[in-house]
Amino acid sequence: MTAVELTPPSPAGVPPVPATPARKVSHRSPARLALRRFTRNRLAVVGAVVLVAVIVAALAAPLLTPYDPTAVDLGAFRQAPSGAHLLGTDSSGRDVLTRLLYAGRVSLSVGLLASLVAVAIGLFFGAIAGLVGGFVDSVVMRATDIVLSFPSIIVVVVLAGILGPSVTMLVVVMGATNWPTAARVVRGLVLSLREQEYIAAARAAGARTGWILMRHVVPAALAPVSVVATLLVASTVLNEAALSFLGLGVQPPQASWGNMLNDAQNLTLIRTMPWMWLPPGLAIAATVLAVNFVGDGLRDAVDPRSGGGAR
Amino acid sequence: MAEPLLAIEDLAVEFRTEDGLVRAVDRVSYEVHPGEVVGLVGESGSGKSVTAMSVLGLIRQPGRIAGGSIRFRGRDLRTASEREMRAVRGGEIGMIFQDPMTALNPVMTVGAQIVEALRLHQRRMSGAAARKRAVELLSLVGVPNPDTRFGQYPHEYSGGMRQRAMIAMAIANDPVLIIADEPTTALDVTIQAQVLRLLRTAQREAGSATILITHDLGVIAELADRVVVMYAGRVVEHGDVHTIFSAPRHPYTVGLMGSLPNLAEQGAPLRPIPGSPPSLLDPPGGCPFHPRCTLSQGRQRCRVERPTLIAVGAAHASACHFHDELAGVAPGVPVPGAGATDPAGGTEAEALR
Repeated sequence: MTAVELTPPSPAGVPPVPATPARKVSHRSPARLALRRFTRNRLAVVGAVVLVAVIVAALAAPLLTPYDPTAVDLGAFRQAPSGAHLLGTDSSGRDVLTRLLYAGRVSLSVGLLASLVAVAIGLFFGAIAGLVGGFVDSVVMRATDIVLSFPSIIVVVVLAGILGPSVTMLVVVMGATNWPTAARVVRGLVLSLREQEYIAAARAAGARTGWILMRHVVPAALAPVSVVATLLVASTVLNEAALSFLGLGVQPPQASWGNMLNDAQNLTLIRTMPWMWLPPGLAIAATVLAVNFVGDGLRDAVDPRSGGGAR
Repeated sequence: MAEPLLAIEDLAVEFRTEDGLVRAVDRVSYEVHPGEVVGLVGESGSGKSVTAMSVLGLIRQPGRIAGGSIRFRGRDLRTASEREMRAVRGGEIGMIFQDPMTALNPVMTVGAQIVEALRLHQRRMSGAAARKRAVELLSLVGVPNPDTRFGQYPHEYSGGMRQRAMIAMAIANDPVLIIADEPTTALDVTIQAQVLRLLRTAQREAGSATILITHDLGVIAELADRVVVMYAGRVVEHGDVHTIFSAPRHPYTVGLMGSLPNLAEQGAPLRPIPGSPPSLLDPPGGCPFHPRCTLSQGRQRCRVERPTLIAVGAAHASACHFHDELAGVAPGVPVPGAGATDPAGGTEAEALR
């Protein structure tokens, strides 16, 4: 089953003990329990399968289509789907299927990178807020409030105006505006972990702070943080699409799902040539939905309290 | 008596709270000698655990040690560096926590946690050697199939098993002192007896001294050699376990015994101590126990003058102005070993004594 390979957070979140050989029946590591809960969630598995398909298709683009995504062929513009062009061609005669596949690379990596940036920033500030507490904590938390109350689209519009639109700018801005979610999760986690008796027990066993962080806090944080990261990918993919649609993100001729939708700004096109805007629209919707299903599945899997108590 | 292993003198611990300064531990002194079991008894908030955490240097903000000294094997732990303290924690002093449900990390195998306890103090120990030793420890504390149990997670253990694993971690590095903070409170009564027996075996085998923190006089009767009774952050009485049970000389100790169900006198009503422990934010003047004391009866001296520990017998001291009024008064509770207050079953306790 594809879903089995698809759940990096649980095995990564709880490092298995190398000295222990696998047990036959009764052994239940938290990671395995989580995996089991995940695979029992049908929507999550479907989401995972769709997501894998999308990723594989994007990666294998050169194998799946003979065309160049940016090759203009003015002799064959706005052609309806046919044997030669499965999804037709766009206004510059470029193959829509080819562009769709290559656009997947851009859209997915922008989404992934932006959410990684957001999680990295969030982890850092969240951990500091939770560990140090007091004044630092309230400063960080007020900062998250401020950032959350800022519409990121407007920030991008302004920055695109000043710096010029680019993929880097997109990633940085989306990372910088989405970190508060991750920071809050990490802070809450650190606060509750700090009071855990096993942390006190580790201290009483002679462990130093850095060691406690590495051995107890980070592994405990990995699972919930990976959930946040996954759900963030969905929203960054969506944001990228919106911004590129507005012409503020990925710039043509490089294809992204958002800027492919640009054509849908034309009423005639919308009415008469759905092959140009329907595929990227569907790709965005399917990907975001799949990522959200996977994220929800992961959340229920790593935090059994939130969902059906499978055991 | 020989040089004490641990000598706490005039220890004071304060916590800064929004409502003011709380003196959780107020001029507490006691000693622990090699190989002996000292029982620390008192109600919640009497400062039992805080003294133990002070020994390990684990009092955290907003708390701080405000005075006194903690001498352990001839050196003052209050002035010891963080590095030295880390060697003491888990190395020379092993700690057993109250709740084995929360004191073990749920996402690490029990074996990995014992291995960790070992390798924190024996850096050069190889992974294989540590694993071997951990399995030995598990079998030592009576965990069946230690080889299989080594690779299991805490949720696969029962409560009693977990506490056994905690004990295995605490004794992993052959500590000279074990601090057991309410080791049986979170356990079923039937398991309590087993764990207590194990604790005694482990303690005797390793020759470690033990500080046993509890509010359960039955546990004290079962294990302790000496008893330190704490109330409102102060030591109100200390002495040999038999003396404390048979001839307590502080009204609080007498009250504690009176609150125990007495199987010998069936139908006799419990005599709880009236009132509740004082707020340490604003402790009563004089003797902290006087508002609840049956002996004080509003006497001026109890309200004004703070009693100090006075020797009332060989190795027996009481902090009561009127301790002599309790001389010869039977507390109405059988002495330890008689079986009534003994959760582990009196006969066996007797046999082992």
